[in-house]
Parts: sequence; C-alpha cells; structure tokens
Amino acid sequence: MKSLAKRKDSLADPKNQLALFNSGVFANGELPTFKQKVSESNQYPIKPNKLEIFQVNLGYMCNQVCAHCHVDAGPDRKEIMTTETMQLCLNKLKESGATTLDLTGGAPEMNPNFRWFVEEASKIGVQDFIVRSNLTILRANKKYYDMPQFFKKHNVHVVSSLPFYKRGKTDKQRGNGVFDASIKALMELNKVGYGIKGSGLKLDLVYNPSGAFLPGNQAELEQEFKTALKEDFNITFNQLFSITNLPISRFLEFLVASENYEDYMDELVDAYNPSAVENVMCKNTISIDWNGDLYDCDFNQQLDLKVATKGKHISEFDVDALSKRQIVVSQHCYGCTAGAGSSCQGTISD
Amino acid sequence: MQKTYYDPKDLKDFGKISEWDQELGDKFFEYYGKVFEDGALTAREKSLIALAVSHTVQCAYCIDAYTSDGLKRGLEREEMMEAVHVAAAIKSGATLVHSVQMMKKYDKLSM
Repeated sequence: MKSLAKRKDSLADPKNQLALFNSGVFANGELPTFKQKVSESNQYPIKPNKLEIFQVNLGYMCNQVCAHCHVDAGPDRKEIMTTETMQLCLNKLKESGATTLDLTGGAPEMNPNFRWFVEEASKIGVQDFIVRSNLTILRANKKYYDMPQFFKKHNVHVVSSLPFYKRGKTDKQRGNGVFDASIKALMELNKVGYGIKGSGLKLDLVYNPSGAFLPGNQAELEQEFKTALKEDFNITFNQLFSITNLPISRFLEFLVASENYEDYMDELVDAYNPSAVENVMCKNTISIDWNGDLYDCDFNQQLDLKVATKGKHISEFDVDALSKRQIVVSQHCYGCTAGAGSSCQGTISD
Repeated sequence: MQKTYYDPKDLKDFGKISEWDQELGDKFFEYYGKVFEDGALTAREKSLIALAVSHTVQCAYCIDAYTSDGLKRGLEREEMMEAVHVAAAIKSGATLVHSVQMMKKYDKLSM
C-alpha cells in the first residue's frame, strides 16, 4: 500500500478532508458541528491552559503503511525535519516552560538527525522525554538494533503502538509481519529494563481499535494486554493508552470506502462527553511539524489547521501569544471528546 | 409509511421506552446495567453470552449492539462465531430432542 499523497488521492489534500467535514450530515443539520456541540455546553471557544507538552513531529517517513494512519505516513513520504528546525525547537523548548517533550512521526527514528536531536534534547532536562516508536523500526535494520540502549542512555520514555496482543488484528491493521517484529522489539526493550518494575524506564503501549468502532474500557484492555503478553511472550510494560481513531487521512479513506463514515461520525457525536472537553490535549500541547509550523495538535497538523496566532512558525514562537489563542476545531475533534475521551496519553475522563 | 419494520436508529432510542412507563423502564435499565457488570463472570464473558443469545432470539438490534460491544472489548471473530455456534447447537438440539417425543408417539400409535 502507498500513502494517499503518493497515490494522489483527493483525501491527500487536507482541504478536501475539511470539505467532507463541512458537507453531508453536518451541512444538512442531521448532526451538529463540533463548534455547535461545544457551544451547547458553554465550552466554546476552547482556550488553552498552561503549556506542558512540546510535541515535535520529526517527519512523515515511516517503514510502515498502517491502514488507520492519520499522518498518511509511509516509506514514500519524504518530509523530514532539518537540524536547523530541530535547533529552533530546542531553543524554544527551553523558553516555553514545557515539562514534556514528545517526539513523533512517521517513525521519528528514521530522521537521519534523530540521535543528535535526542542527545541535545536530553541535555535540556525535561521531566518527561517521550519517543513514540512503532516498534518494528527497531528491528527493521541493524542500524536501529542498539536503539533500546540509546533510549536508556538518554532516559527516554518509550511509547509504542501495538494494536492488539494477537497477530491477526495487528497484522491486518499494520501489515504482515508487524506483530512478530513488534514482539521481538518489545523483548529487546524489556531486556535493557524498559517496562520492568523498579527500573525507572517507562514503556507504555498504545492501543487503537482495528476498525470503525470506539475503544473499550482502557483499564480492562490494559489488564488483558498485560496478561496475554506476559503469558505468551513474558513481556511486561507499564501502561496502556487507549486512543480513538480520528477520521483523518487514511482512516477517513477507510471510513468513506467502507461506507462507515456517517455511522462513525454519528457514534462519535452520540458519545460526546463535555467533561472530556476540559482535558483535551490541545489545551496543554503545542504541535510542531517537520517544517517548523505550529498547530494545536498532531491532528490539526495533518489537516493543515495552523494555530490561530500571528506567529505560526517555531521561529515566531511566543508562549504568551499562544496562551491567549483560540483552539482551531472541526468535526474531527469529536474523536477526542467521545466517551472517556482520547489523547496521546490515552483516555482523559472517567 | 416506513418501508421496513426495523430501523437501526431505533436502537439509540431504546432508553425512551421509559417515557411511557418511567418506573418499569427505570427498573429494567437498572437491572440490565447490573446484569452486565463484572461478577462471577467477567463483563467480556457476559458480552459473548449476550451475542449468542441475541442470535437465538434473532434480535437484530441486539446483534448490532453486541457485535460492536465485542469489537470494543477485543473479542475476535473466531470467539464470536464459536459463541453463535453454541447458541445454534442448543437451538437445533432443542428442536431435535423433541423428536424423541415424536418417535415415542409414533411407535405407540403404530401397529
């Protein structure tokens, strides 16, 4: 499978995705727009709290082409952050007062300057330094085999995607062989201490549904993952983050092609939880793309919805101006407010 | 006039049955919710039982609801289909076991 961008699919253009959100059931009034729904509970406009998370997307290149990917990442994506932009991010991170640095992609490890960036970033001494790894990249090439030790050296908090604890669902969503490679990578991470009680090295897993349905209870899923991975492979990890698939890029393509789009949006709207709005990740996060542009979250990044401030680039980063901004929303935001809510750190509401 | 007896959207309105009888509606939903909580059986096991029973009572709404519920709980299609076969085996067994009555009656009446 190739990325939407490579296939020149109409959904590769964020404008067409946004046009879809503003037509059909949302245009004819059958479903309320996100703005209308948030206004009903007197929570519009959504304004940020104190900035805590600096999430940097190092590029859209990835060794996998997952069916649900909201980034439309893949081996054919060439957008990669340069060292100049990385340096700007480091400078602004120091100024920002953020306590968490969160590196994502694509596969962030595939950025040729990834190690340099991690080394430099670790000197800043943020409280929580996250790298989001798809796991298979750690086994994709010998040059990545020492990555677990490298992560350990810099006290990186590893957050890894694993759609399910069984081969079938994992490979269906992420490609043949992904499950076996992921298990091998988890074993390697365990071997250096990641996910092992008392090591201080955190290994969290991310679960997202393998289809057009909302995730189940996070605590129950975590227990099932822990039991199964321990029994079957002697693998241990810290927490499971349950994340809702947002209707963006390739997951949106799947929803439209399988004629699930309207039902899925209906389910998201039906499960709207006003208390989740108070904890959505855009309230304490700033997302930076490979080019240095600023967004309220990684989802807005993929829809090219830049922050609603005068300065929209990391070179113009102004923490005061950003603290007064209004979060940019559209219908995809229902994905973060459905049920127990969803964020890069899992559920956000009881 | 509605062209089909079943409308999938009716499932979302299930809770509205209380509007015509609040007391009994409330009692039913309280009971229903309690039944599906973790107990001696896990909520996951109960969901699978519900899926199987949904097929025997041929409730389209229930099949819709408990297929989705199973997916959310991480149930795999092999587990779901096995559960339906258990239900089907009991239902067909219940039919066939009555044939013993037929056989006895037949034999009794026949010369």
